[in-house]
Amino acid sequence: MTFYVILEGVISLLLIAGGAFAFIGSLGMAHLRDFYMRLHGPTKATTMGIGCTLVASMLYFGIADSEPVVQEILIALFLFITAPVSAHLLAKTGLHLQLKYVDKTRGHPVELQEEEVGQTPVPHGSPPERDPITLDKRPNGH
Amino acid sequence: MLDIALKISLTLVMLALLLNTFRLTVGPSLPDRILALDTMYVNSIALIVLLGLWLGTKTYFEAAVLIAMLGFISTVAVCKYLLRGDIIE
Repeated sequence: MTFYVILEGVISLLLIAGGAFAFIGSLGMAHLRDFYMRLHGPTKATTMGIGCTLVASMLYFGIADSEPVVQEILIALFLFITAPVSAHLLAKTGLHLQLKYVDKTRGHPVELQEEEVGQTPVPHGSPPERDPITLDKRPNGH
Repeated sequence: MLDIALKISLTLVMLALLLNTFRLTVGPSLPDRILALDTMYVNSIALIVLLGLWLGTKTYFEAAVLIAMLGFISTVAVCKYLLRGDIIE
């Protein structure tokens, strides 16, 4: 008898955690100021939330029906595989469209930096000492 | 206890869907709207799973699998269209 009470408590906890994670992810997407910040919320927190909900459903139906659960495992597997792929594609789309970002966003990738051709003066005088292997590479990696 | 947890979870997921709708309508750029739609797919899958728990049936989980697959495919299709100007090259 106590087994079922403990199981109900675990399922309730997982359900509330799943709902809270999904809500926090969507809150981050609605609240943050930048597309690159907004990408963080749904891709991690919401996936975690639906994972918790699916584990709760798996426990409930696995005990109540005493049948092997297939659909939940399928949904969880599919979502956990496809969420990083869609997040990567969305990030690539944002970089391609060169969306604006606030200064607090860390990491300024090459795709968003301004072109430096013709802006910085060419240094005259003796060239700086460099390793001859890296001499013919362009600086800053782009 | 399970009833109260289900009600709390359903309320939270519904609030999450409302926030997604806000971002879908407001969203300043096109990838924001795509991100909101992608999150709406995931939240609607959570809603369907919670409905199945509420009603005690596993009938609706097939719909959840379908929504998962179609949501991913549509997100990839729209992203590829914005990236390359073409979906299948």
